[in-house]
Amino acid sequence: MTRLAAALIVLVAALFSASLVTGPASIGAAEGLRALILGGDGPVPMVMREIRLPRAILGATIGAGLGLAGAALQGYLRNPLAEPGLIGVTGTATLGAVLAIHGGLSALTPLATPAAALIGAGLGVALLMSLAAGQGGALMLILAGIALAQLAAALSALVLNLSPNPYAAQEIVFWMMGSLADRSMLHVALALPAMAVGWVLLLTTGRALDALTLGEDAAAGMGVNLARLRWQIVLGTAAAVGGGAAVAGGIGFVGLVVPHLLRPLTGARPAALLWSSALGGAALLLAADIAVRVTFPERDLKLGVVTALIGVPLFLHMLARARREGGP
Amino acid sequence: MTLLTLDRLTVSLRGRRVLSDLSLDVREGEFVGLLGPNGAGKTTLMRAALGLVPFEGTSSLAALPPRLRARRAAWLPQAREIAWPISVERLVALGRTPHAPGPADRAAVEAALARMDLGALRHRTATRLSGGEQARVLIARALAQETPLLVADEPTAGLDPAHQLAAMASFAGLAAEGRGVLVSLHDLGLAAQSCTRVVVLAPGGVGVAADGPPEAVLTPDLLARVFGIEAVRVETPRGPMLQPVAVVGR
Repeated sequence: MTRLAAALIVLVAALFSASLVTGPASIGAAEGLRALILGGDGPVPMVMREIRLPRAILGATIGAGLGLAGAALQGYLRNPLAEPGLIGVTGTATLGAVLAIHGGLSALTPLATPAAALIGAGLGVALLMSLAAGQGGALMLILAGIALAQLAAALSALVLNLSPNPYAAQEIVFWMMGSLADRSMLHVALALPAMAVGWVLLLTTGRALDALTLGEDAAAGMGVNLARLRWQIVLGTAAAVGGGAAVAGGIGFVGLVVPHLLRPLTGARPAALLWSSALGGAALLLAADIAVRVTFPERDLKLGVVTALIGVPLFLHMLARARREGGP
Repeated sequence: MTLLTLDRLTVSLRGRRVLSDLSLDVREGEFVGLLGPNGAGKTTLMRAALGLVPFEGTSSLAALPPRLRARRAAWLPQAREIAWPISVERLVALGRTPHAPGPADRAAVEAALARMDLGALRHRTATRLSGGEQARVLIARALAQETPLLVADEPTAGLDPAHQLAAMASFAGLAAEGRGVLVSLHDLGLAAQSCTRVVVLAPGGVGVAADGPPEAVLTPDLLARVFGIEAVRVETPRGPMLQPVAVVGR
């Protein structure tokens, strides 16, 4: 277990450094890292500190939030196919951003889009909890989440449909694909507090999620407060994923794939899967964001497209393995 | 000492009265078999006693905060759910959830594994075991909780005869150590042979039909009236043997 933790931490650190030295400006690795730490005048420290550092930080933290939220939701719903988009908060964050772009707010200030997305995420979680309030268990939450995600997707499509301006429509489509390009420290400052709250809420659910392995009734019998756990999972996922989606748009597959990949390495314990999926998610998103910049440096390849492309072969591999073992 | 006191417990589920005005005590050293036909409210009684469903009346356990209650009573639900492929040892260790982590955990898990004859399976993946093996692993989890009272819903269903007898012997052993056991059962023979006391719930939520030592309670009249069966009863050196043989009109 500690070997896995050490390996994942080394991997994240290596990919974080690799992300810092990747970019269109031809800056040597040693030169760039020296300028990042020591500062100084000229374009190199500025590029490192104001362009590449926020991008690497967002890659690591958003990836960590997606992996962690995926692991927590899979543990809570006891379903390996659950993913953070299921509760609909990513959808309402997208809707907020889409409205800001459509309404022209985004043309006034670049922070209008993430701010509107964050408001969308907040309203989404409030709506979700009012829909799924009361005694209902995990099933109620899934139904409410699907309803919310469908509503948000339909309204986003409607805005896109009615958009009179092709440039705005293109901007909306690109935003929905997800990207970390041209983000600043302001974006970090906007997203990080929400994401940090989400991590705290999710990382403290480990013991309850372990007990939930035996079902809701048995977990309640072992003293787990199921109502509190549900709040923690929903608010934690909304904060960790909504905060990330607000600045980076919709990034799929990370929250679904990472817990899947790491489950066999953690003895399938939901609590151990939380921290390991956070590290694994950070590593995967950093790697994908490096791939975006390395494969087509001259084209603006979108991050969400790459994570989806990485996700599919990983799933096919798992499918093949499950088939060999004669069952899931 | 009384481990569980239910006073005028009334439970309605979806507007239908399942139990009404039921009062019951379970004391240290008792192995109580909770009997009754399908739908008599055995599961509901146990879940309400633990505070897992809303009810009217009082339950001494449900009045406690959840974590403290989980140190007084272990609950083994009938649904045998194991969501993830964790090892048997880890699953049994989940029983330590309500306790503060400490050196007692190891000993409790070892004792529970030994009691349920699971030493050979301890490193196996729980989801890949047979249904009966999983049932024993889940019983061991409840034992590892090391509570004064064990509440179990049909724990012997699906076990082979040897492990049925062994599980009942384990429960009787807990009672002999001074703990309390409340177990719902459909096997009247097992109840007659092993329980120190049986509580029979009448169908239709009308409450306790009979309560007392099995030999006094499980009379031909009660079996016909509550269960609608006729049974052959043979006294053996190992206790009374009861075998249902025919259905009679209620």
